[in-house]
Amino acid sequence: MSKAQTMIKRKSVSYSRWGYFFIAPFFLIYTIFSLFPLVSTFYNSFFENYRIGLTQVGPTFLGFDNYVKIFTESKIQDYALNTVLLWIMNFIPQITVSLLLAVWFSSSSMRLKGQQFFKTVIYMPNLIMAASFSMLFFALFSDGGPVNSILTSVNVITEPIRFLSRTDWTRTLISTMNFLMWFGNTTILLMAGIMGIDVSLFEAARIDGANARQTFVRITMPLLLPIFVFVLLTSMIGGLQLFDVPQILTNGNGSPDRTSMTLIMFLNKHLASRNFGLAGAVSVLIFFVTGGLSFIVYRVMMSRYSLKSNNQ
Amino acid sequence: MKRFLVALMVLAVMSSAVGLFAAPKATNDGKVLTIYVWNDEFQTRFKDYFEKAGLVPAGVTVNFVVTPNQNNAYQDKLDEALLAQDKATGADKIDIFLVEADYALKYVNTPSTLDVIKDVGLGSKDVSQMYKYTKDIMTDSKGVLKGVSWQACPGGLIYRRSIAKAILGTDDPAKVQAALSSWDKFDAIAAKAKAKGYFMVSGYDDDYRVFSDNAKSAWVDKAGKIVIDPSIMKWIDQTKTYTDKGYNNKASLWSAESWQGAGKDGKVFSYFGPGWFIDFCLAPNSKADQKGPNEVGNGSYGDWAFCKGPQGFSWGGTWLCAAAGTDNVDLVKAVMKKLTCDTETLTTIAKEKGDFTNNAAAMAAVAKSDYKNSFLGGQNHVAFFLDSAKSINRGNMSIYDQGMTEEIQKAAKDYFDGKVTKDKALENFYTAILEKYPNLKK
Repeated sequence: MSKAQTMIKRKSVSYSRWGYFFIAPFFLIYTIFSLFPLVSTFYNSFFENYRIGLTQVGPTFLGFDNYVKIFTESKIQDYALNTVLLWIMNFIPQITVSLLLAVWFSSSSMRLKGQQFFKTVIYMPNLIMAASFSMLFFALFSDGGPVNSILTSVNVITEPIRFLSRTDWTRTLISTMNFLMWFGNTTILLMAGIMGIDVSLFEAARIDGANARQTFVRITMPLLLPIFVFVLLTSMIGGLQLFDVPQILTNGNGSPDRTSMTLIMFLNKHLASRNFGLAGAVSVLIFFVTGGLSFIVYRVMMSRYSLKSNNQ
Repeated sequence: MKRFLVALMVLAVMSSAVGLFAAPKATNDGKVLTIYVWNDEFQTRFKDYFEKAGLVPAGVTVNFVVTPNQNNAYQDKLDEALLAQDKATGADKIDIFLVEADYALKYVNTPSTLDVIKDVGLGSKDVSQMYKYTKDIMTDSKGVLKGVSWQACPGGLIYRRSIAKAILGTDDPAKVQAALSSWDKFDAIAAKAKAKGYFMVSGYDDDYRVFSDNAKSAWVDKAGKIVIDPSIMKWIDQTKTYTDKGYNNKASLWSAESWQGAGKDGKVFSYFGPGWFIDFCLAPNSKADQKGPNEVGNGSYGDWAFCKGPQGFSWGGTWLCAAAGTDNVDLVKAVMKKLTCDTETLTTIAKEKGDFTNNAAAMAAVAKSDYKNSFLGGQNHVAFFLDSAKSINRGNMSIYDQGMTEEIQKAAKDYFDGKVTKDKALENFYTAILEKYPNLKK
């Protein structure tokens, strides 16, 4: 008896050890390539450390001076607002279109034809590098570019529209690009979520006489919530780190008048002068903002979900 | 099979180990000539006048490392490489790097550049015909010459002949110059051009260099404070007026729109620039067919002429520096001697490329010769440059000039576009500069 017990024990112990072996590579790589740089960013943010020409200045310990400097001398709050605005301008149309497409594609009653084709096509823009996509828009919408020539030749406008010299247009272009690049991806994620819902629930609703709107609000949305929150969070984190599209489109300036300068573009401005101290401080702030927002969104959205499932 | 695999693995491990340990020993010192540049201007001159002359020794490969200038990208890349120069081997070791006037000073007073006379071995006679200012800029605080150039960069006004005829009734450089000899006259002609449907200048930054080169103070004073010279403010005010009155085409320098203005159907009357601007920038962009011949009828080629313009100025310039730690000193010397000191080569460059080269004797000879610049409709423009080249004084340079120039142009653009007030534009300029150069003060 006791012999058998120890046998079992030994076996289970050796299994769990294998488990650790299997997850070890991830933690090893995470520690080296993510955790260590993260901690060193915090460390760096307390130093004055930059290069002017070939002369290195610092590192000198400054305490919280870099943080004070960011809040008093830079307009970080403006860049944060720009970033959030650009994200919202892209996310609202994106989630609307994606939800609609996801519901249509996965609806058993509609049976759309050529689904595979459309799914591939809407995903395509994501395959293009953001930089080239941005470059393309820059060329298309420049003062003497094709869009202006076409509009002039069909007499819609008489003077070329200077898209990239106008705040509204620049922001719209950036959001449009992000929308085009990401709505396919979001559609596929949401579709996976909808297809994970038990089909019998939809059938039951249909038998009970629920219309499409009621099915969507009462069945699809509540059961899709975890995936929806996942999409919202990843998009928000991605949105807060928005960089490549506006960087290329505005040549790194966030023009006009820095109204399309995002947080990461601001960070990049410091990295260009190898100002690791200030850049570190900006990174730490972005880290806390992203972390804080993610936490709040997750708690608010998921508390409703878990309450509901508990009630059931 | 298994044994074969094992043998293969052992072989692979051994060869990689050999590779690891043997690589540093078998350095190919002197086998690669590495040159850091930001465009192909020097590259073509090197190919046409050094490589084609058979001066590259057998077994030596030339490695051009090209990084665009904009946003200090070239400087940053160069700085990284120079700081790692001691550890670099073979192709990674820089032999020659090029610097531009906007940041030349950054490298002059550092140990990264070699003494052109003592270390590289050029004779003082070799550099005697170079224009004084090109040597002044590259002379460090101890009086040591740290770099040489093949060009001198006095600038002038390059105007379109057909438009000059339409506005002024003449395209003769002397008469056009008389009509445009001051800024007041320039403004008056700009109004005339506008009335006839032409743009006096292409856009915002075209005459920036005229004003910045005539600034009385450097961008940064001794205490590290940023100084905006009244001459720069004059440029801002003038450009704002021109924009509001429609005298310019609202293009930014180097943009596609700016060059379109010089094309076949372009409406831009004039551009400001030195010799390299004519042959390296304007001429290629004036051609409708890029691969077509350099002759009248191909776009606006040949429909241009040159005069001094309302105010003399100089713009840019490219110097060759020998990198400390080069493994190719003799070849570096040969390149410098052939491309910057040799009177014959410099005469050929001037005649074939339209460049104003850095050799007073050669330029005086070309000015007197029957040389005709085909892009400028057969004009011998070299004569115009002779006096101004001698009077160039670049005492106000700083190591920050490129950053200052780029940022003031970007910030002022929002003001010209009517997006922000002048004060806000200047504030944005300060913000951008302090991000780029955290050691400076507002």
